[in-house]
Amino acid sequence: MIRFDGVTKQYPGGTVAVDDLTFTAPTGKITVLVGPSGCGKTTSLRMINRMIEPTKGTISLDGQDTSRMNEADLRRGIGYVIQHAGLFPHRTVLDNVGTVPRLLGWDKKKIAERSRELLSRVGLAPELADRYPSQLSGGQQQRVGVARALAADPPVMLMDEPFSAVDPVVREQLQDAFLELQGELGKTIVFVTHDIDEAIKLGDQVAVLRVGGILAQISDPAYLLAHPVDDFVADFVGKDRGYRSLQFQPTPRLPLASERTVVVGETVDGIGAPWVLVVDDQHRPLGWVEPSRLSGAVAPEDLHRGGTVARASGSLRGALDAALSSPSRRGVIVDDSGELVGTVRAHQVLELIESADRPDEDLADSFAEAGSDGRREDSS
Amino acid sequence: MTWVNDHWGDIFTLARSHVWLAGIPLVLGLLIALPLGWAARRWSRLYPVLISASGLLYTIPSLALFVLMPIILGTKVLDPVNVVVAMTVYTVALLVRTVADGLSSVPDHVLQAARAMGYRGFRRFFGVELPLAVPVIAAGLRVAAVSNVSIVSVASLIGVAQLGNLLTDGYDRFITAEIVAGIVACVVLALVFDGLILLGQRLLTPWLRVRGAAGARS
Ligand SMILES: Nc1ncnc2c1ncn2[C@@H]1O[C@H](COP(=O)(O)OP(=O)(O)OP(=O)(O)O)[C@@H](O)[C@H]1O
Ligand SMILES: [Mg+2]
Repeated sequence: MIRFDGVTKQYPGGTVAVDDLTFTAPTGKITVLVGPSGCGKTTSLRMINRMIEPTKGTISLDGQDTSRMNEADLRRGIGYVIQHAGLFPHRTVLDNVGTVPRLLGWDKKKIAERSRELLSRVGLAPELADRYPSQLSGGQQQRVGVARALAADPPVMLMDEPFSAVDPVVREQLQDAFLELQGELGKTIVFVTHDIDEAIKLGDQVAVLRVGGILAQISDPAYLLAHPVDDFVADFVGKDRGYRSLQFQPTPRLPLASERTVVVGETVDGIGAPWVLVVDDQHRPLGWVEPSRLSGAVAPEDLHRGGTVARASGSLRGALDAALSSPSRRGVIVDDSGELVGTVRAHQVLELIESADRPDEDLADSFAEAGSDGRREDSS
Repeated sequence: MTWVNDHWGDIFTLARSHVWLAGIPLVLGLLIALPLGWAARRWSRLYPVLISASGLLYTIPSLALFVLMPIILGTKVLDPVNVVVAMTVYTVALLVRTVADGLSSVPDHVLQAARAMGYRGFRRFFGVELPLAVPVIAAGLRVAAVSNVSIVSVASLIGVAQLGNLLTDGYDRFITAEIVAGIVACVVLALVFDGLILLGQRLLTPWLRVRGAAGARS
C-alpha cells in the first residue's frame, strides 16, 4: 500500500507541481493518475521512489515513511517504467532486463535465466535477447521496459506513460498484455497517463489531477464516468462517457438469434438473404458476404470484415458496438473460445441498457472501503 | 631518396620517441580530463570557468610552454619530461570540454532510468554515462592526437629529439629529402594514432554498429 499524506511539491522557481495530495494506492491494485499535461503526474510518481523529494507531507510504503529509507535500496525495490521506455542504448535487450538484479548482486547465471524468463513473460521472442534497443520497434521497446521493471520481482511498480509512444493498435495489444500479466502477478501499481481511455481501461482506481497538482476526483472508473464531481472532471472524461461507461456493466443474458452460416469454400448460390455470415470449419465467424453479388464458392477475399465481434461474457459496450459495426446490422456474438453463439440487434442491446441500473453509489462505496477515502477529499 | 635509404634507423628511432612524446600525454590528458569534465557537468557553475581556463591554456605558444617547464618543474632543460608535461597540459585543455560535452550528450531519459533503477555514483558513471559518452570523447581524442603529433615536433628547438629533428636538421643543411621524410613520417604517425583511436571506439561501442541494421526504430 502506498499512501500520500498531504504531499506538496514546489520546485525552485516557485512552480507548485503537486498541491496537498492525499490518497492511497491499495496493494495489488492499479491506481491510475490521469490529467492534462503539466498537472504533476510525473512529479507525483517520482516522489514515490524519491527521485524527487516532496516539499511537504509524507509518502509511506506499507506504513513505512519512505524518507527514512535508503534511497538506492528503495529504488531497487520498486520497478520503474520510464516514459519512452528509457532503455540503455549500449546494452543488449537481455542486459537491459537484468539491470536491477545486477545492481542487487545476483549471480550471472541466475540473472540470465530470470531475464530470459521475463522476455517470454512480456511476449518477446527469445531471439531478440541479443539485440540492442535501436534494433527494436517502439512496441518491443516498451515491452522490454516493462520486463526490466519486473526483473527483481518488486512488489511495487511505477509506470510513467509506458504505452504512449506507440500507435493505437500496438497500444491496445500492450494494454491487454499488461492486464493479463497483472492478473497473474498482482503488483501494487501506480500508472501515469494523460489518456482517459487508458485510465478507464486499466485502472482499478483512477485519480484525476488538475493543473497545479490538485486532486479533482478519485474513484473507480465506472463511478468516475457516471458521477464526475465537477465540470473539469466531466470535460476531462469526455463527451462519449455514457457510451464508454457501458463497458463496466456486466452483460445480462443477450437475446441471441441463431444465424444462418456458410463455411468458407462453400457456395452461397440460392440463398435469398441479403447478408450471410461466413464461418471457418470450427464455427468461428470470419465475416459477412452478400449472396446476390457472388457466385460459386466463398473465397476469403469476398468477406466483409468491417464488423466487430463481441463475447457473450463481455460488456454491453462490446455487444452494442458489434451490432452497430455489422454490415447486416446483426452483431456477431461468440463464446470465450471464439465460436459463434448467435447475433443480436442494436435495439435489443438498448432495451437491456434501459432496464439496467446505472452504476451507483453502492459500487463506489464498496471500492472506497477497499481502497481509500479519496472521494471525500474531492476538492471544490 | 638515397638520404632516406641511408637513414632508416635514425627515422625509426626518432619516430619511436615521437610516439611516446605524443602518446603518453594523450593517455595522461584523458585520465585527468575525465574527472574534470565530470566536475564541469556536475557543478554547472564550474563549467564556464573550466572551459575558459582550458581555452586560455591552449593559446600559450608551445615553445613558451616547453621553455617554462624546467622552471616550473625544476627539471633539466633537456629532460623529455618537460615535453610530456607540456603536451599533457594541451591535451587536458582540449579534452575537458570534450568530456563535459560527451557526458551531456547522454540522453536525459537514460539518466533518469539509471537513477530510477537505483544506480549511484561511480557505478552510474562507469556503467552508463561514460560508455554513452565514448563517441563524443573519441572524436575529441582524435583531434588531440593529431594536434599532439604536430606540436611535439616543436620540441626539437629545445633539444628533445623526435621527428621534428628531421625538419630542423634538413632545413639547416638544405637536405630536401630529409624535410620531406620528416613531414611524411609525421603524417603517417598522425594517421596511425587516428586509426587506433577509431578502432578503439568501434570496439567500445558495438551498439552503434548495428544501428539501422534492422531500422525498426519508431
Ligand atoms: N525540475 C523542474 N523544475 C521546475 N519545474 C518543474 C520541474 N519539473 C517539472 N516542473 C513543472 O512542474 C509541473 C508538473 O510537471 P510534471 O512533469 O509532473 O507534469 P506531468 O503531469 O507529468 O506532465 P506531462 O503529461 O506533460 O508529462 C509543470 O508545470 C512543470 O513545468
Ligand atoms: Mg510526465
